[in-house]
Amino acid sequence: MLAHTIFFYTFSLIAIISSIMVIASKNTVHSVFFLILDFITISCLFIMIGAEFLGMIMLIVYVGAVAVLFLFVVMMLNVAQQKNQWFGATSGYSHMPIGLIIGIVIFIELIIVISGWKHKPDLLSINSIDLDTNVTNTHLIGSVLYTDYIHLFQLSGMILLVAMVGAIVLTFTKRMGIKKQSYIKQISRERDEGVSLVDVKSKQGVKIDD
Amino acid sequence: MIDVELGHYLTLGAIIFTIGVIGIFLNRKNVIVILMCIELILLAVNINLVSFSIFLNDINGQIFTLFILTVAAAEAAIGLAIIVVYYRNTGTIHVEEIDSLKG
Repeated sequence: MLAHTIFFYTFSLIAIISSIMVIASKNTVHSVFFLILDFITISCLFIMIGAEFLGMIMLIVYVGAVAVLFLFVVMMLNVAQQKNQWFGATSGYSHMPIGLIIGIVIFIELIIVISGWKHKPDLLSINSIDLDTNVTNTHLIGSVLYTDYIHLFQLSGMILLVAMVGAIVLTFTKRMGIKKQSYIKQISRERDEGVSLVDVKSKQGVKIDD
Repeated sequence: MIDVELGHYLTLGAIIFTIGVIGIFLNRKNVIVILMCIELILLAVNINLVSFSIFLNDINGQIFTLFILTVAAAEAAIGLAIIVVYYRNTGTIHVEEIDSLKG
């Protein structure tokens, strides 16, 4: 139990510091790196408290796909040189005070809710599915996800499909001046377009490009 | 204090959520950092759901975390595509200079 406590405090300290660095670092590339560190730390926490499948999925989806996507976009758009200026806003109008106030109010509200929260005593008895210790976490998620939540599962697949199509449609541009092979044109080519019969007169030859 | 309870995880989620919200407000740089702050907020929500799921012995929280993960991935892809198109059209993604709606 002591090891659990030590690991919890270590990981949460790393997570909080790296998420502060995400919003405070001057370089956007560094922000993305700290975001990756944050995701890895939180997935370590998930694995530690027994949600192994979600921890691994977080690693694959967030670190493997989303963070790399962010990194690609940051490097493609050449915004790494644009320095962070929110400590001294250029326009003289700063969102700093109102942002801090709203953030602190939200934090205080969340802390009040958490500290006032108690287990309802009959909450544990109305569980539909108990966490069975004999089956693995992945098995348990699969047995619920593919039965009770099958429609939501397929809907989330549709969401991913729409997102993929949308991203491709948004960023697709028809580029001019590129020679491409056109199968339709090649197949539908007739004999008349390619070959012309010329009557060659004696001792005159053929003029090309006449 | 020495035993890690549900409240510890919820507090961690609250702290990360607040950092994400403050990051959205204080950002003077580019829109990509705002998208990253939204990812932070979703991460905090995931922490809450998973810790409730573990401590209340109910698997449904982890299922919902999976769905949030899906939506977050789709949102990041679409948002970054929009940012790329905007940068191609206007040449900047500075928050200060995106003011064509006069907001």
